[in-house]
Amino acid sequence: MNLPLLSLIIFLPIVAGTVMLLWPNASRDAIRRLALVTATITFALSAWLYVAYDFVAGGYQFVEKYPWLPELGISYHVGVDGLSAPLILLTGVVIFTGTLVSWNIDRPREFFGLLYILATGVFGVFAALDLFTLFFMYEVAVFPMYLLIVIWGWEKTREYAGMKLTLYLLVGSVLALVGGLAMVFAARDNLGYLTFDLLELEKAGLSVGFQKFWFPIVFFGFAVLGGIFPVHNWSPDGHVAAPTAVSMFHAGVLMKLGAFAALRVGVMLMPEGAKFHLPWIILLTLVNVVYGAFIASVQQDFKYVIGFSSVSHMGLVIMGIATLNHDGLLGSGVQMFSHGVMTALFFAVVGMVYDRTHTRHIPSLGGMMKKLPWAGVAFIIAGLTSMGMPGFSGFIAEFPIFMGVWRYEPWIAIVAAISIVVTASYVLRVAHKVFFGPLPEEFKDIPDINVFDRVALVTLVFFLVGIGVFPHMMVPWIESGVNYVLTILGGA
Amino acid sequence: MSALNSAMLLALLPELLVLALMGLVLITDLSGRVRGRNLGWLTIVGLVAVVLISVSTVMPDAAGEAVWGGTLKHDALSFVFRMLFLIAAALTVFFVLDVPGLGDRGAFYLLLLASVLGMMLMAMANDIIMLFLAMETATIPLYVLAGFFTGRRESVEAGFKYLLFGALASGVMLYGLSLLYGFSGGEVEFAALAQGLAETQAPTWAVLAALMVVLAGFAFKVAAVPFHFWAPDVYQGAPTPIAAFLSTASKAAGFVLLVRVALVAFPSATLPWWGAALAAMAAATMTLGNVLALTQTDLKRLLAYSSIGHAGYILMGVVAATKLGLTAVVFYLLVYMLTNLAAFGIVAVLERSTGSSAAAHLAGLYKRSPWLTLATLAAFLSLAGVPPFAGFVAKVWVFMAAVEAKLEWLAVIAVLNSIVGIYYYLVVLKVAYEYDPPADAAPIVVSRPVVWALAVLAVFIVVAGVAFGPWFGWGQWAAAALFP
Amino acid sequence: MDFLTNHLLTLILFTPLLGAVVLWFLPDDKKTQRWAGFLFSLVPLALTLWLWARFDFARAAEFQFQERAVWYGPINASYHLGVDGVALTMVLLTTFLTPLALLASFSVQDRVKVYYMLFLFLETGMLGVFLSLDLMLFFVFWEIGLVPMFFLIFLWGSPKGERHVWPGLTVPSRVYAAFKFMIYTMAGSLGLLLAIQMLGVVTGTFDLPTVIERWNQASGTILGFEASTLKAMAFWAFAIAFALKVPVWPFHTWLPDAHTEAPTAGSMILAGVLLKLGAFGFLRFVLPLYPEQAKQYAAALAFMGMMAIIFGAFAAWGQEDFKRLVAYSSVNHMGFVVLAIAAAAWAAGTEHANIALNGAVLQMFNHGLTAAGMFFLVGAIYERAHTRELKKFGGLFGHIPVYAGMLVFTSMASLGLPGLNSFVSEFLIVRGAWPVFQLFTALSMIGLLITGAYILKGIKDVLFGPLTELADHLTDLTLREVLVMVPLMALMLILGVWPMWLLEVINRAVGG
Repeated sequence: MNLPLLSLIIFLPIVAGTVMLLWPNASRDAIRRLALVTATITFALSAWLYVAYDFVAGGYQFVEKYPWLPELGISYHVGVDGLSAPLILLTGVVIFTGTLVSWNIDRPREFFGLLYILATGVFGVFAALDLFTLFFMYEVAVFPMYLLIVIWGWEKTREYAGMKLTLYLLVGSVLALVGGLAMVFAARDNLGYLTFDLLELEKAGLSVGFQKFWFPIVFFGFAVLGGIFPVHNWSPDGHVAAPTAVSMFHAGVLMKLGAFAALRVGVMLMPEGAKFHLPWIILLTLVNVVYGAFIASVQQDFKYVIGFSSVSHMGLVIMGIATLNHDGLLGSGVQMFSHGVMTALFFAVVGMVYDRTHTRHIPSLGGMMKKLPWAGVAFIIAGLTSMGMPGFSGFIAEFPIFMGVWRYEPWIAIVAAISIVVTASYVLRVAHKVFFGPLPEEFKDIPDINVFDRVALVTLVFFLVGIGVFPHMMVPWIESGVNYVLTILGGA
Repeated sequence: MSALNSAMLLALLPELLVLALMGLVLITDLSGRVRGRNLGWLTIVGLVAVVLISVSTVMPDAAGEAVWGGTLKHDALSFVFRMLFLIAAALTVFFVLDVPGLGDRGAFYLLLLASVLGMMLMAMANDIIMLFLAMETATIPLYVLAGFFTGRRESVEAGFKYLLFGALASGVMLYGLSLLYGFSGGEVEFAALAQGLAETQAPTWAVLAALMVVLAGFAFKVAAVPFHFWAPDVYQGAPTPIAAFLSTASKAAGFVLLVRVALVAFPSATLPWWGAALAAMAAATMTLGNVLALTQTDLKRLLAYSSIGHAGYILMGVVAATKLGLTAVVFYLLVYMLTNLAAFGIVAVLERSTGSSAAAHLAGLYKRSPWLTLATLAAFLSLAGVPPFAGFVAKVWVFMAAVEAKLEWLAVIAVLNSIVGIYYYLVVLKVAYEYDPPADAAPIVVSRPVVWALAVLAVFIVVAGVAFGPWFGWGQWAAAALFP
Repeated sequence: MDFLTNHLLTLILFTPLLGAVVLWFLPDDKKTQRWAGFLFSLVPLALTLWLWARFDFARAAEFQFQERAVWYGPINASYHLGVDGVALTMVLLTTFLTPLALLASFSVQDRVKVYYMLFLFLETGMLGVFLSLDLMLFFVFWEIGLVPMFFLIFLWGSPKGERHVWPGLTVPSRVYAAFKFMIYTMAGSLGLLLAIQMLGVVTGTFDLPTVIERWNQASGTILGFEASTLKAMAFWAFAIAFALKVPVWPFHTWLPDAHTEAPTAGSMILAGVLLKLGAFGFLRFVLPLYPEQAKQYAAALAFMGMMAIIFGAFAAWGQEDFKRLVAYSSVNHMGFVVLAIAAAAWAAGTEHANIALNGAVLQMFNHGLTAAGMFFLVGAIYERAHTRELKKFGGLFGHIPVYAGMLVFTSMASLGLPGLNSFVSEFLIVRGAWPVFQLFTALSMIGLLITGAYILKGIKDVLFGPLTELADHLTDLTLREVLVMVPLMALMLILGVWPMWLLEVINRAVGG
C-alpha cells in the first residue's frame, strides 16, 4: 500500500483545522459539515489501519521515515505496533463521537480548529518512532487544551482548571524532555552518533546507573498526563471544567498518551531503570485505584464522579504496566482502549444531561431515563463496564491486570479489588439517582437527544460490548505489542 | 597595513550600500518633494535590495577572513547577522509607516539606518577598537529613537534613561577593554588578545576581573541580570516599533559581539570562570525575567520582561560554548527576532487603535479582529515555546546544547522557567480569546503594511517551526565560523 | 443434524439471547411481544429435550456434547461448554421454568418488551453458569446474570412499600431490595473473582478439568504462601460466594427482601433457578477443587445448613406476609441441600456421600418446582387482592376452589408429603447425612417439624376461616394461570411417585 496511511491519519485533522481557522466568513454550517466529514474520514481511516495491521507478523507496520534534521539525528519516523494501533483507533472513535456531540457548540470554527490540532498531536504521539517527533506532537496536543477549556468550559472554574491542567502537563512533558535529551546524548557515547530514533535508542545500551537516575524523571514526566498519584489532581478539575467533547478527549485519549509515552519512552528505552523503580511506583498506582474510587463515591457533582473514576481506572492502566509481566501489560493495553471508550461515553451522557438541565448536582437530578432513554441505557452500559461486569470490555481489561498483579505481589491485588466494590456502589448510586426516581418538575419538558448524539452513543457502546463478548477483536493486537515489550524487558 | 583592495571593499559592500541608502534618504527628505511615508518605502526597498545584492555577490565561506587590517571579520557568523539586521530593520519600518510622528519623519529612517549600520559593524568587529566604535554607532541613534516622541513624557524619559545607562555601561566596558589591552601587552585584535592574555605577567585575578567588567558591559547590552533594569522602562516608554527593534536587533547585535569576544578574545583557560559567571547570569536572567513578567498588566512591559527571560535562554547556549551551542544561539536569535517583532507589532496595532497597551484592552480580540488574534496566537505561543511554532524548536536546541555540555541543572532551570513563561503568555491569549469585548471597545485598525508584515512573520513562525532544516543550516554555517 | 448435535449446547445457551435481540425489533404491540417471548423461550426447552434424548446416561459422570473455541487466548481462557448429569438436570429445570415464568408474566403491562428481553438475557446467563467448563467463562455468566435480575426487581418489583436506608434517605422497597441483592452478590463474587484469577495464575489456564488436575497436584509453596493456606483461602472465597447465592445462613438476609419485592415471575426464577446456581457452584467447583478443605470445613458447612433449615422454618412460621413466608421457606429448603453437600464433603467416596448428593441434586430440582409454584400462586392472589397480608385472607377454599386445590397440592409438595417430589429428595438427604452428621441432622428435624407448621399455617390463613371483604375481588384462576401450574404439579406428582427417570441420571453423575 503506497498510500501513506499513517501520515494521512495524523495530518488530516490539523489540515482541516487550519482551513477552518483561516477560512474567512465561513458559515456555521459549513464549518460543522467540514468538521463532521473530517472526523468521519479520520475515523474510517483509523479503523482501516487497525484492521489492516497484521498482528501475526507483529512489529512496526505502516512505517514512514523522512529525515527532518539529519545533523542532529532527527527524523519524522512513524509506525504502529500492536499496542498503538488500538490507540489510533481509539482516537479516531473519540474524534468522531466528540464531533457528533458538539454539533451545537458555540463558535464552532475555533472549537473544531483547536480540537483538530489537538487530534493531530495525539495521533502523532501514538505513532511516533522518533523521540523528537514524539515530544513535538506531545506538546502540540497539550496547548489547545488550554484554550478549549478556557473558552468553552464551565464558567466557574474554567480559568483555574485550564491553567492548572496546562501547567501540570507541561511541567511533566518538559521534565521528560530533559530526560529524553539526556538519553540521546548518553546514547551517543555508546553508538558514536546522535540519534533520536526510538528503535536505535532501544539498542543503545544505556548504563544501568544512568537508567536508575533518569527513569523516574522520564516516567513521571509522562505519567503526570496519565494521572498518577500524587500529581493527578489536575485531572478532575480539568475534566469538570472542560466542555463535553474536550472532556471526552481528555479522559478518553489524552490520559492514555501519558501512560503510553511512559511505556514507550520510559520502560522500553530504560528497562533496567524500570525494573528498579517500578516496585515503588506500583504502590502509587494502588493509591490511585483505591483512593480514586473512594473520592469518586463522595462527590455530589455528576462530572466530578466521572473525573475521579478516571483517576482510579487510569491507576489500573499504570499498575498493569508496572507489573512488567505479560498479563499486566496485556490488561493495561486493553484497559487503555476500554476505559477510553467508556469514559468518552460517560462524559457524552453527562454533557447531554447538563445541556438540558444546566446542573450537575446529583441530588437535584432524577428520572432522566424517562426523558433521555438512549442516554440512560448508554450510561448504564458504561457503568457496568466501569464496574468490571463481565460481558463488557472493562472485565476483559481488568481481569488480566489483576492476574498480572497476583503474579507480582498478591496482597496488592487483594487491596486493589476493594476498588471494584466501591466503584460498583457509586456507579449504581449515581445511575439510580440521576436516571431513575422522580423527575423534578423543572425538567418535565427537556428534549431528547438528536440523531447525532445517538450515533455517537451507539458507536461507543458497540466497542464496549463488542470487546466484552469477543475479546478477539482487540486482544491479539495488544498481545503482539506486549510480546515485543517483553523481549526488551527480558533481554535487557 | 595592507593596501586598499577590491576584496576589502567587497567585504564591506553591504555597509557601503547602507551608507548610500542613507544618503539617498537624506537627499530625498531634504528635497521636500517626497512625503515622509514614502521615505519609509524607499528605506524598505533599499534594505531589501541590499540584502539581495549582498547574498548574491559577497557571501563568504564559513571561516571567512579578516579584512581592513584585521579590524573586521567577514565570515559566516557576521554575514548571517548582518542580513538579519537588515531584514529586522525593514520589518520595523513596516510597522512604523503609518505611525504619525514616526513614519512621516525622514530623520527617523536616517537614524534607524545609522543604527543598523553600527549593528552590522558590531557583527563584524574583530578588534576592541572596532568593537567600541561599532557599539556606539549602533546605540547612539537608538538613544534618540527611544526618545523620539519628544512631546510625550515617557518617551523622553525612556530616551534619557537609555542614554544615561548606556553611557555608563559603555564607559565601564571601555575601562575593562583598556585593562585587557594593557594586560595582553598592547594587543587589540581578538585572537591576538587571547594569546597575549594567556601569556600575561599580570595576576590571574586581575585578568579575570577585567573580563568580568567587559562582560558586564555586554550584559547591559543584552539586558541580562543584574544589568537589565533599564529595559522595562525604556521599552515601555519608547515608541512601540522602536521597542520592537531594541528588543530584537539591538539585543542580537549584543549577543553576536558577546559570542565573538568570549569565544575568541578570552583565553580558553579562563573558560571555567567566565563560563560559570555566564551560567549564573543565565539562570538569574531567565528566572527574574519570567517571574517578574507574571505580574505585568501592560503588554509592553510584559514583553520587556519576556525578552529578558529569552536572553537568559540564549545565554545558556553561549555558556555551552560548543558548535551545537552556537548553532542554537543563532537559530534562537533568528526566531526570536522575528517573533518578537511580530509581538511588538501587534501591541503597536493595539496601541494605535485603543490608545493604550494595557493587556486588558485585548479583551474580545477574537471578535474584533480574528486575523490579528491568529497572529497573536502564533507570536505568543512561539514565545512560549509551544509547537508547531518556531519558538519550540529554538528552545529544544538550546536545551540540547546545555545537556550536551553537561549543564543539566541549567537545562532544568530553563525548562521550569519556560513553564512560568507559558503562564503569562497563555493569560494574554486567554484575554484575547475568551473574554467578551467591552461594549465601548474601539475598533481595531490594522494598516495594510502591517498586515503584510504580520502575515509574513506569522507564516514564518509556523514554517520555521515545522520545516526548520534550512534555518538550522544557517545556524550551523554561522557557527562554523568559530567552530570549524 | 450434525450441526445441531455438534453445537447443541451453544444453541441452547444462545437462543434465548437471540430471541431477546429479535424481540427488540418487534412492533409495539404488547400481545405480540408476550407471545413472541414465550414462544421463543420454548426453543431452548425443545433443544434441551433433544439433548436429554441424545444424552448417554451410562456416562452421565462425564462431560458430554463438549464444545471448545478460543475466547481469550492470551490468558488461556476458552469458550468451553459441556454437560454432565447434574448440569443436565439444572438445564432442564431452567429451560422448563423460564417459559412458565414468561407465561405467568402475561399480566405485566408496563414496558413489556424490555421485560421479556431481560428475562431472556437472564436465561442465557443462568444456562451459561450450568454449561461452562472454563472458570473465566463461568464467572462471566455468573456475574452477567445479576444485571437482568437487578432490573427486573428494580423496575417491575412491588410498587408499594418503603424502606429507610439511612437518615434522610427513604427509597421504595423494591429499590432497596434490588440494590441489596446486587451489592451482596457482587461483594461475595469479589472473593470468587480474586480466587479465579489466582487459580489462573497458578495453574496457567482456566479450563476447568485442567485446573482441577493441576490444582490438586499443587503443593509446597505457591505464590509465596504455604499451599494449604492458599487453598484454604481460595476455598472460603469460593464457598462464601456460593453460600451467598444459595443462600445459606448467615448470608441469607438479602433473600427475603429480594424475593418479596420481585415481580411474580422474577421470584419464580429467582427461587427456582438462581438459588441453584450457588448450590451448583459447590458441586461443580468447590468439591472437585478443594476436596481436603471441604472435608476440613464440612462441619462448618453442615452447621450453616442446619441453621438455615431451622431458622428458615421458624422465620417462615412467624411471617405475616405470604410472600415473605414463601421466601423464608426457600432458605429452609435450600438448607437441606447445603447439609447434604456438607455430608458429601466429609464422607467423600462413601455410599452415604453418594446418597446425600443424590438427594441434594434432586432437592434442587424439586425445590425449583415447588418454589416456582408457590410464588406463582402467591403472585396470582396478590394481583387480585393487592395485598399479601395473611390476616386479610380467609375462607377461600370454597370461594376459589381451583386456586385452593392447587395451593394445597403445591404446599404439600413443598412440605415433603410422601407421594410428592420433596419427600424423595429430603428423605435421601436425611438418609445420607444421618450417618455423617448425626447431631446436625437430628436438629434439622426440628426444622422439618416447623416446616409443617408454617405450611399449614399458610394454608389455614388463606384458605380456611371466615371469608373477608377481600373475597369479592378474588376471582378464580384463569386458563393461562392454570396452564402455568399444571406442568409444575404434574412433575411434582411424577417425581413423587416415580422419581427414577431423573434420579438415574443424577445417580450416575454423582456416583459414577
